[in-house]
Amino acid sequence: MKKLRNMNPAVRTNFLTYAAVLLAFAILQPMSMAGKLSPTLQGQLVPVCAYVVMALSLNLTVGVLGELSLGHAGFMSVGAFSGAVAASALQNAIPSAWLRLTVAMLIGALFAGMVGTLISVPVLRLNGDYLAIVTLAFGQIIKSIVENLYVGVDGKGLHMSFLQPTVKLGEGGRMILNGPMGIPNISKISTFLAGFVLIMVTLAVIFNLVNSRSGRAIMALRDNRIAAESVGINVTKYKMMAFVISAALAGAAGALFALGQNTIVASKFDFNTSILILVYVVLGGQGKMWGSILAASFLTILPETAMMRDLRDYRMLAYAIVLILVMLATNSPVLKNFFGKLLRGKDEAKKGGVK
Amino acid sequence: MAMSKREPTKLVPVPSTNIIPERDVDKSPILECRHLGIDFGGLTAVNEFNMAIGRTEIAGLIGPNGAGKTTVFNLLTKVYQPTRGTILLDGVDTHSMSTVQVNKAGIARTFQNIRLFSNLSVEDNVKLGLHNHIDYGLWQGLFRLPGYWKGEKVAHDRAMELLSIFDMEDLADAKAGSLPYGAQRRLEIVRALATNPSLLLLDEPAAGMNPSETAELMENIVKIRDTFQIAVLLIEHDMSLVMGICEGICVLNFGQIIAKGTPDEIQANPAVIEAYLGKQKEG
Repeated sequence: MKKLRNMNPAVRTNFLTYAAVLLAFAILQPMSMAGKLSPTLQGQLVPVCAYVVMALSLNLTVGVLGELSLGHAGFMSVGAFSGAVAASALQNAIPSAWLRLTVAMLIGALFAGMVGTLISVPVLRLNGDYLAIVTLAFGQIIKSIVENLYVGVDGKGLHMSFLQPTVKLGEGGRMILNGPMGIPNISKISTFLAGFVLIMVTLAVIFNLVNSRSGRAIMALRDNRIAAESVGINVTKYKMMAFVISAALAGAAGALFALGQNTIVASKFDFNTSILILVYVVLGGQGKMWGSILAASFLTILPETAMMRDLRDYRMLAYAIVLILVMLATNSPVLKNFFGKLLRGKDEAKKGGVK
Repeated sequence: MAMSKREPTKLVPVPSTNIIPERDVDKSPILECRHLGIDFGGLTAVNEFNMAIGRTEIAGLIGPNGAGKTTVFNLLTKVYQPTRGTILLDGVDTHSMSTVQVNKAGIARTFQNIRLFSNLSVEDNVKLGLHNHIDYGLWQGLFRLPGYWKGEKVAHDRAMELLSIFDMEDLADAKAGSLPYGAQRRLEIVRALATNPSLLLLDEPAAGMNPSETAELMENIVKIRDTFQIAVLLIEHDMSLVMGICEGICVLNFGQIIAKGTPDEIQANPAVIEAYLGKQKEG
């Protein structure tokens, strides 16, 4: 414990975050194996992991890079569909389920990363509100594209068609992705263990990035772009880096999510989902990874519990109200000072107040 | 102090005998502006700006508010692209360079309204100045390969060394935004120095400082010049500082240079007294 107290506060927070995730897994996994969890909670384990990773990756864009992205579900969608198509097409080639899941997540990350790179070229010339609006549009574009995409597989490989469901397949061929019908009959290969590993990998990527040369440059852009340029930091390069890493992580989360569902359709990853993930990030605190994890877990499970199920229809309304309250609270100097004193002790709160 | 020294320049002895006017500048000045000018729409902000700075010279740029001093800094660092004229940095035309490239070529600056990375620690601010001098990439950082540890160690040591110029090592872990005003100004100078410039531009470094802090700053600017063997160009309204340490002074008024010379020459120049310094009250 003494060692823990002497650590650099940032390192300590990272360490505690890893430990908390590990602890949660260590408690939930045996319970889930023994069938002690309620069926709803059992069913939510994989989605919770996926949404936690989504929130963490969006926090990289919003909290660390400091740009608002309203199309994060788009990257999840790209990862979900590319991952699910890959898993389905590779069903015979890779019999081992966990290996297939790993490959699917990597492919999801790769495709989402590629789309992220493409998008970042026009998007990153913009700042603030304009960037947010373009990412919003991007989310819609992805949704429309996937809704009109038909993919089938036969002995020769993958066949694709756009807008028309006329994929010519050879002997023994089958359709995987049916446009607006999405992908039915997914073999559920996602496990809680895989979700846990993905969360840990995501945390490691983000923490290691933030504490490295590249991560510092990204945070410098957030704090002061003009000063960052004046010390020789390439704005486009580091903005793109943050954006693409965030997209790739979202892609992996998408694949994990998709392979834990029976069916996925493009409309699942719409604007509402993007906002939902943004709510997790804002509620958890921008730049605070542990906050994102907590907010994403609670807000994914809460609406599914028996108590809240009747109120599910009002979910978005409740989130909106909570979001407004959080914004008001975090921008009120009185409350800030109060929490500052509570968290850091009186002296430091005073120091912060002088400026 | 174990400061890694830049190769001493043989061109100009320290302290420099060079002053701003072209007449005395060594054959190879670090910075040379020829007929520099910029228009904003119909407004000519700076016009016919000719100046040269020796390699280890401390030069001052003074003038009334709105004279275009900060605009000159913004032209030198390519925040604005000049409408007319040439900037030669160590003989190289900076014509097509961006702000980032100019910094890599050797110009570092501070800002009139402090621009620190205020949510980051003091040490991280300095490490960001060292950004282009730490050579490990994204992957080494992500996977914590040996290059990462080595690079961070070197960066940490160098950052501490630079902070020691202003005795700020104990503040290394503090958040930059929570520092007192004077310390923020000093940190900005350290961050600029970390980029290993050959020309340091200081925009009102003594603004908001009390007389004893200013005196300390003057000593430190001279110390920086002597240790790093670099040229310094500063904008300042505090005449005790300007007249105390600048070897050459250039006076701007309405975007035009109205006088150049040594502090003594400037203080005696009637045009400067008229436009900026003001007359001594009689009686």
